[in-house]
Amino acid sequence: MISIENISKWYGDFRVLSNCTTSVRKGEVVVVCGPSGSGKSTLIKCVNGLEPVQEGKITVDGDEVTAKRANLTALRSRIGMVFQHFELYPHMSVLENLCLAQEKVLGRGRKEAVVRAEKLLTRVGMEDHAKKYPSQLSGGQQQRIAIARSLAMDPIAMLFDEPTSALDPEMIKEVLDVMIELAQEGMTMMVVTHEMGFARKVADRVIFMDEGAIVEDRPTNDFFDNPESERAEDFLSKILGH
Amino acid sequence: MADFDFNVIWSSLPFLWQGLQLSLWLTFLSIIGGIVLGTLLALARLSGILPLSLIAATYVNLIRSVPLILVIFWFYFLVPLVLGRPIGSFYSALIAFVLFEAAYYSEIMRAGIQSVKRGQIHAGQSTGLNYWQIQRYVVLPQAFRNMIPILVTQGIILFQDTSLVFVVSLRDFMTASSIVARTEGRLVEMYLFAAVVYFVICFSGSMLVRSLKSRMST
Repeated sequence: MISIENISKWYGDFRVLSNCTTSVRKGEVVVVCGPSGSGKSTLIKCVNGLEPVQEGKITVDGDEVTAKRANLTALRSRIGMVFQHFELYPHMSVLENLCLAQEKVLGRGRKEAVVRAEKLLTRVGMEDHAKKYPSQLSGGQQQRIAIARSLAMDPIAMLFDEPTSALDPEMIKEVLDVMIELAQEGMTMMVVTHEMGFARKVADRVIFMDEGAIVEDRPTNDFFDNPESERAEDFLSKILGH
Repeated sequence: MADFDFNVIWSSLPFLWQGLQLSLWLTFLSIIGGIVLGTLLALARLSGILPLSLIAATYVNLIRSVPLILVIFWFYFLVPLVLGRPIGSFYSALIAFVLFEAAYYSEIMRAGIQSVKRGQIHAGQSTGLNYWQIQRYVVLPQAFRNMIPILVTQGIILFQDTSLVFVVSLRDFMTASSIVARTEGRLVEMYLFAAVVYFVICFSGSMLVRSLKSRMST
């Protein structure tokens, strides 16, 4: 489904990604973790072409994202993405947030878009908030709506960029619950997160990154029980140790 | 005070009102035209396409380096030469105002567009919206909203500047007041009255800006 081959990326002289290679199969859930500044968010943003890469090749469902003439808008419409800071459109109601791309990109009629939006709002437990504006909602609620907004496009895969990092602790669960449900339904997911409980529960594989490189890429249980690298061991002891 | 005769104002109100209407109408149309053209200039400048942004930047810097009155003169004399026929004082003044104000509005809109977080653009991109759709539905509405107080402030300045149209013999409020002042020989009263009217309109505008600002900050 997603294949990342040997990609490298620089900001000026600074190398943020070096020779990263991995892949995500259909229906697989892959968690990407690592210390801050390790390049994990950058990696996931390269998958739908939000960040360009200088070297290497990324393909999603057979289409090359990194090709010079790639039709990125068409490609992105098929991959959902959820951001750390939700990025709901503040000037639109919840319902409008969910309908905009459905209507403008997929060409759905108003009625069809609203029906789909309402169904997804119910699914994330936000059906009573359709008319509200993002500023009237808590972070957890906003993030659940952001997930619904992505799902409204019927994506073939979902990318999550630290979806719970900006949330108060008591709101993390409500967002993770939605993600767990999504994973259990067979959605292909690539998730940058520090939520190791989530990883243990639903991830098929864990990718550990450090200094722009993929250090470990292994089945979940192997990674937690028996990390190969010292850096991963160190990271795990810090993040699980408290 | 006994020498003052404020009746002259009362008797020439219809005449002055006509002048004020012209001032307001010119202001209104110039704001609309200026914002539309200014937004296009701002988009061109931020487009990342070098020739486009260069043209827009040159235009803005050029216009901002000449006095408005010169631009009004230009178009009064230039447009008939280009079109081969006169278009009247009002339209030539309107064109001058729109083109002049667009340079200022484009700088305001540019700041507004840049005030929209990058994440918002990413959100639009990630759902497959194209460049124009993102600008139209995501960036510009937010840019515009963030900039409303400054846009209104610029509108107040524009309203004051409409008094310059006397140079192309348009009868705006200021010109009408002058005419009455001179023909009736009541200079002090009329200019005092004109000042009061400008003050009331512009100060109301400033109050509007203040209330908009406080409403937006909550």
